[in-house]
Amino acid sequence: MTNMTISRAPGQPIYLDYQATTPCDPRVVEKMLPYFTEKFGNPHSRNHRYGWEAEEAVEIAREQVADIIGADAKEIIFTSGATESNNLAIKGVAHFYKDKRDHIVTVVTEHKCVLDTCRHLEQEGFRVTYLPVGPDGLIDLAELEAAVTDKTVLVSVMGVNNEIGVIQPMAEIGAICRKKGAFFHTDCAQAVGKIPLDVNAMNIDLMSISGHKLYGPKGVGALYVRRRPRVRLVPLINGGGQERGMRSGTLSTPLCVGLGEACRLAKAEMGAESERLHMLRDRLLNGLRQRLPEIYVNGDLDRRIPGNINISFAFVEGEGLMMGVKDLAVSSGSACTSASLEPSYVLRALGLDAEMAHTSLRFGLGRFTTEAEIDYAVNHVAEAVEHLRAMSPLWEMHLDGVDIKSIEWAEH
Amino acid sequence: MDVDVTASAYLDHNAGSPPRPEVVAAVAEVLCEAGNPSSVHAWGRRARARMEAARAAVARLLDADPAGLVFTSGGTEANALALAGCRRPRILVSAVEHASVLVHATGTVPVDGDGRVDLAALDRMLADGGDPAVVSVMLANNETGVIQPVADVAAVAHAHGALVHCDAAQAPGRMALSLSGLGVDFLTLSAHKLGGLPGAGALLSADPDFTLTPVLPGGGQERRRRAGTENLPGIVGFGVAADDIRRRNAILETGDLRDRLEARAQALVPAARIVGRSAPRLCNTSCIALPGVPASVQVMALDLAGVMVSAGAACSSGRVTESAVLRAMGLAADIAGSAIRVSLGPDSRPAEIELFLTHWAELARRKGLDVKEAAQAA
Amino acid sequence: MAYSDKVIDHYEHPRNVGALDKDSGDVGTGLVGAPACGDVMKLQIKVSAEGIIEDAKFKTFGCGSAIASSSLVTEWVKGKTLDEAAAIKNTDIAQELALPPVKIHCSVLAEDAIKAAIADYRKKSGQSGDDADQAAG
Repeated sequence: MTNMTISRAPGQPIYLDYQATTPCDPRVVEKMLPYFTEKFGNPHSRNHRYGWEAEEAVEIAREQVADIIGADAKEIIFTSGATESNNLAIKGVAHFYKDKRDHIVTVVTEHKCVLDTCRHLEQEGFRVTYLPVGPDGLIDLAELEAAVTDKTVLVSVMGVNNEIGVIQPMAEIGAICRKKGAFFHTDCAQAVGKIPLDVNAMNIDLMSISGHKLYGPKGVGALYVRRRPRVRLVPLINGGGQERGMRSGTLSTPLCVGLGEACRLAKAEMGAESERLHMLRDRLLNGLRQRLPEIYVNGDLDRRIPGNINISFAFVEGEGLMMGVKDLAVSSGSACTSASLEPSYVLRALGLDAEMAHTSLRFGLGRFTTEAEIDYAVNHVAEAVEHLRAMSPLWEMHLDGVDIKSIEWAEH
Repeated sequence: MDVDVTASAYLDHNAGSPPRPEVVAAVAEVLCEAGNPSSVHAWGRRARARMEAARAAVARLLDADPAGLVFTSGGTEANALALAGCRRPRILVSAVEHASVLVHATGTVPVDGDGRVDLAALDRMLADGGDPAVVSVMLANNETGVIQPVADVAAVAHAHGALVHCDAAQAPGRMALSLSGLGVDFLTLSAHKLGGLPGAGALLSADPDFTLTPVLPGGGQERRRRAGTENLPGIVGFGVAADDIRRRNAILETGDLRDRLEARAQALVPAARIVGRSAPRLCNTSCIALPGVPASVQVMALDLAGVMVSAGAACSSGRVTESAVLRAMGLAADIAGSAIRVSLGPDSRPAEIELFLTHWAELARRKGLDVKEAAQAA
Repeated sequence: MAYSDKVIDHYEHPRNVGALDKDSGDVGTGLVGAPACGDVMKLQIKVSAEGIIEDAKFKTFGCGSAIASSSLVTEWVKGKTLDEAAAIKNTDIAQELALPPVKIHCSVLAEDAIKAAIADYRKKSGQSGDDADQAAG
């Protein structure tokens, strides 16, 4: 299997949507395959050898997951994915400590599932503070410090944003939480394998991990739960008592093995891969800037994972632009909400106007992205934007020196 | 499956069947594909099309409406989605349910000596009035294979305005199935019990518009009934496995093999007892007690001989404990403590049965039980 | 996201993109929609002394369906009288382009754009009194 078959299959556009999902690395699939066939077995079944083999494989995988974040294997719980991990961490901790503390701090640009979980908790009587972000997409640490009180049980801040790729100051957040006695949960679905993480150095108490964002399989994730000092939580899915009682249900040996191998590969290759993606992203951005005026990077450019760039193309409309870049699989807004016509709430939170939020594209670069693909993408996007601007009344006004904001539009 | 059956026998299909080769091929292919079913570009649309084809295939297995099918991470989550998600304060479950159902129970319905639900008792419990109820009764027991009178349970429950959930994880490919025939409101399936991979399950609702409160909220997936990026490879494998079951329909052959196993076991060791034999059972399951020989001893001895069976269910921490199911059936301690589960799959072969019988009878002889004929591999 | 072949054709090969002199007495300009809503259409008609639309141009900021709707109406209005052009209904546009329900508003906007252009022309040429939709603002 060559790299090209992964990001470019016959009749399929070039895949530049690595924040929506990554294909499984063929090396990961290779490690998983034996557990589909001759080594299949229920890891909870200690009655016979297939069960033992499966259990051993799951424990090796657990160590590999722990290793990439500097944790102990005993602190890793396998789940069905980051959405479940986020739900389990936030609800689980909130419910366990609800008699002592009833306040949660999170951020307006968190993933939908974190925000939804917090809203559920609000309905149950918890108080939630939603911190704003600056135009760079990052939180203000002073604001965080002011928001955390002795009633705050949990601070949930994502490591890397799924739409704009910016990296929150995790160590600083961790230090504030530790000082104030609040637990620090971080959704690191987009961060693990992309940037170095250390749960101890960063004082992280709970971390959500996703398989299919780091070239592992879909359908598996993990939750890191600190043991010292111990974090306790109420399980979300009960019955069976697997995963130290925190998560019931038969573990899938191949999925766990796949996540473990994906973590191992990501850790081993992180340095070189970051450098390569950085080069490709600069090539993309510089190429577009050379061809097109009036384009804007959303979120901080430097404090960002190298595989992401989110750009607004002024004076063209987002859906029309998507139609024009049909040779690329890119996303406007996040994958979960992309079927809706609403502009991205993350971009709005940066202070972008609705029209600029409408006209953004997220380019997700990854392990199988090539230089040739980037060059193709630059030309393809530039042509589409030029085509659309040539027929855009707003671009015409801009060239004529008309301030579009000065026009009183009839909003319909 | 690449197991050499001349040296070993895998007879623990109720814990999980090896995935079919066509399932593995389909899963391996989809694993290498990028594409999130929620993305609107071509890769996303292809992923969604694959997912919807699988949804239709799994629904077809029960002649059900695919719109009522929610994919989950497995049977345990599907059970939670039904029992916590239907928002009925009273949750009555049979005493022989899987732990993932029992954990939700506010009351248990007793079973008879074969492990079948006591319908009169259920009727009385529901007639007592009280809060709106949901009743959960498994279609077939994982340890004994005994089939519950689910259609009768549904009739009794519905007469009292209760909802009915049925954990049918063990049933596909082992008995005929139809959602409307069972008359239940919700039904749980698990991919890895029917030749798919662990990590995927489904909850079917007879009414596709029934509003279930999600166990995992936070995204628009699965028509807002279950958030999170779908396990597409697992779901695709689930669909392939479901189609395979419908196509092969190996129920009769497996049943013949199981019946021969039981007849030979009983003839070899007259003291052995087949649990639930007089009740309707799945075609593949045999629960055999060897009085006086602890189940754990049997399982270990058989494993050393390359024969994989199990004692008790494979969940919890994996410890072999005395079966709660067999105790609920009122079996004497020496029977309950000496029962092992032998469960066949569609590819099980007579040679595997013979291997089991040889070593099992040999163990019985060593433990001083009367063994009628020389146990030899046929 | 399933665009019809006709929408794709108009998107890739838009007809009559461009501008007419908006200050000219025989040109009517309609500007409808709003950037914040994701669509802005500018439709211009050039009307002969006999009252026939002899040229039409458009520029559109919007999705493929909005671009196709405005491109299509520039083709349709040419050679028509003002009254005939004003009779074009959004349902005709939607049907011709096989627009899905979520895109019907694009055809509505195109109908508004013609009406606004005609109203602008009539206002300029002193034939006011028409209650056609106002141009933006």
